[in-house]
Amino acid sequence: MQVADTPRLYVMSVITVTYALLLYTAMATFVVGVSYRVFMYARAPAPLRIPTMPAPMTRTGVVFRVAREVGLFESLFKSNKWTWIFAVMFHLGLLLEVLRHLRFFIQPIWFWVVLIQPFGVYGGMLMVAGIVGLLGRRLLLARVRYLSDPSDYLMLFLLLGIGLSGFAVRLVDHTDIVSFKAFVLGLLYFHWRPLPVNPLLLTHLTLVSLLLIVFPFSKLLHAPGVFFSPTRNHVDDAREQRHLAPWAAQLERGGSEV
Amino acid sequence: MAKTDFEIPVIGDYLQTPDLHPGAMAKSAPFKAAAKHQQALGFPGELVENWEELAVAKLAELLKRYRSLRVYLDACVKCGACTDKCHFFLGTGDPKNMPVARQDLLRCVYRRHFTLAGRLFPRLVGARDLDADLLEEWYRYFHQCSQCRRCSVFCPFGIDTAEISMAAREILDEIGVGEKYCNEIIGKVHTVGNNLGLPAPALANTLEGLEEDVKEDTGVDVRFPLDVQGAEVLLIAPSADFFAEPHVDGLIGYAKVFHQAGISWTLSSYASEAANFALFIGNYAQMRKVALRIRKAAIDLGVRRIIVGECGHAWRVAYSFWNTLAGPFDFLDPRYPIPQHIVEFTYDLIRRGVVKLDKEANDHMKLTFHDSCNVARATRMGDRPGGQFVLPREVIKASCNHFFDMTPESIGEKTFCCGGGGGLLTDELLELRVKGALPRMQALREVHEEHGVTHMAAICAICKSQFSKVLPYYGFPMDTIVSLHQLVSNAIRMGINS
Repeated sequence: MQVADTPRLYVMSVITVTYALLLYTAMATFVVGVSYRVFMYARAPAPLRIPTMPAPMTRTGVVFRVAREVGLFESLFKSNKWTWIFAVMFHLGLLLEVLRHLRFFIQPIWFWVVLIQPFGVYGGMLMVAGIVGLLGRRLLLARVRYLSDPSDYLMLFLLLGIGLSGFAVRLVDHTDIVSFKAFVLGLLYFHWRPLPVNPLLLTHLTLVSLLLIVFPFSKLLHAPGVFFSPTRNHVDDAREQRHLAPWAAQLERGGSEV
Repeated sequence: MAKTDFEIPVIGDYLQTPDLHPGAMAKSAPFKAAAKHQQALGFPGELVENWEELAVAKLAELLKRYRSLRVYLDACVKCGACTDKCHFFLGTGDPKNMPVARQDLLRCVYRRHFTLAGRLFPRLVGARDLDADLLEEWYRYFHQCSQCRRCSVFCPFGIDTAEISMAAREILDEIGVGEKYCNEIIGKVHTVGNNLGLPAPALANTLEGLEEDVKEDTGVDVRFPLDVQGAEVLLIAPSADFFAEPHVDGLIGYAKVFHQAGISWTLSSYASEAANFALFIGNYAQMRKVALRIRKAAIDLGVRRIIVGECGHAWRVAYSFWNTLAGPFDFLDPRYPIPQHIVEFTYDLIRRGVVKLDKEANDHMKLTFHDSCNVARATRMGDRPGGQFVLPREVIKASCNHFFDMTPESIGEKTFCCGGGGGLLTDELLELRVKGALPRMQALREVHEEHGVTHMAAICAICKSQFSKVLPYYGFPMDTIVSLHQLVSNAIRMGINS
């Protein structure tokens, strides 16, 4: 990195270094943290079959069941239509935004990533509207308010902050997207480039980093968790198959009454 | 009806979600197990000195043993999907009876000891140390969960509060705070062979009496065999079937079906209990020990098949766990399901025309069917998903002319617990049981008013006992509840085609 010769540029490079380190830390925390958690989930045995019945009787059926749960929020739909709508709005909007942001990470930009760019603003709107809906429910419905901890509100505010600062970067104070992409690619290829200084962009990046950092330590673990939920991913085959966990097998060897 | 010191809920026109009444059920607690009942199961007789430490250590062990617990304690986002789904919340309004709030009693300790956020910022994430107050709350509210799994149907991550309450009860047992009702009963099964502590001679006597009754009633020599070597089928029935009403009418139904099918069968005095209460305390080793009695009985008697009577939690353990706990059952005839439910057995015989039924025999009743929670959400019958809803209804419809289902929101996978499951069927929890039955009573009232339904059939010993007790509180006669095989018993054509 070049040493700046004017105070302004000097400040800029401190920011660049700070944010480069922040983003590296955030990404590393996210990847290592979530991997560790997933490892723990995968390693813990499921000694008894406990699918919520009726359940699929084949592996393929289970894949579809989990896919419906992940993609359509099937159970939530059974529970409460309003929560379902807000949750779908938020997650769909978030998904759209994440995919759209791929354009900052790849060069040349894939065809379909270009294609979805125009939907970006709607993605953001969907996401923010979903969060507002979920926040409203949490604040207004006595049952949900009762069970909410401060962290539950903070999480929504964090996501709301990410959404709103994202809008602001795009609409209020246009960022130099070309230099920003150069900065991102620079991070990816360990060839750092200056980060364009824009308070809104920095806010957006700070909040996203924060989200990545808290992810493995928070209820955001529901995302990997749902794939490991025994009530959803167990096949209904207990009469046909034994499912002896290692510790249960040890129990059998240790002392059998028969 | 007995005098009550609590308010009996009023059945509305439709199911309403109650306002929150914090602390409404804070006093509800079952009796604690005496030292001898604890020690019989290898648990400490009373609260151990270093219980805080031991409880956390036990939680750590369970987290290593059960993926369900590990995932479910992390995954909850407090979305509220489960909050209006528990019959105990709907009946009491106590917010700690919302499934998520019940889970949080354990989750807060998990967060405090097993998560970074909870160690650093306990207030922020609702993490708590396990203290004496919280321990008492555990005991009370984890004994206000009937482990019916209704919440797990609606949770977007499939979080099953039953898994959490089983873990909590396992920890409680480990530190010396067991529930009397469950632990005393499990001890009886280990020593006598059934929940009631009914010894073999008394059982033999009861069965002889039943043979005489049926002979008097029908003129047919229907046998109720006990400990018959070499019988084709070992029937494992809940011990309530031997004496309680309407359970015993179901047992008579099974016997008549066996008689008509011409299949030799036997009960066992060594394993005279289908129910496995170790499920309720989440204890794998105890559950296995109870299951092994049945395996031993089957081997000793040399039977070829095992059939399980009308008992909800029993069928869960039999269907979902036996093979793993006490299998492989490779000494049984592989041409039949291992184990088989009595409803599967009867359904098959009806379909093949072996058993013939005169529906008119039940014309004095208009029927509905209560899907027992554990049969509905933890097992299957027949060869396709959902058979546990279809087969019992097909048997009922084959036995009577007037059948009406209750509202779809209260049957099938969405069925409500009777209010007495999961180790709560004890007198000191009567208020909880009456209030927890509200959603079912509401749905029953609807079909009663709309279709003139007079009777409700069930296939679970706990459901039958619970409803017999609580129906009168809601103005229904106690004999509104009937056994499914009671209907078969009434309608079965005896002695013609055998």
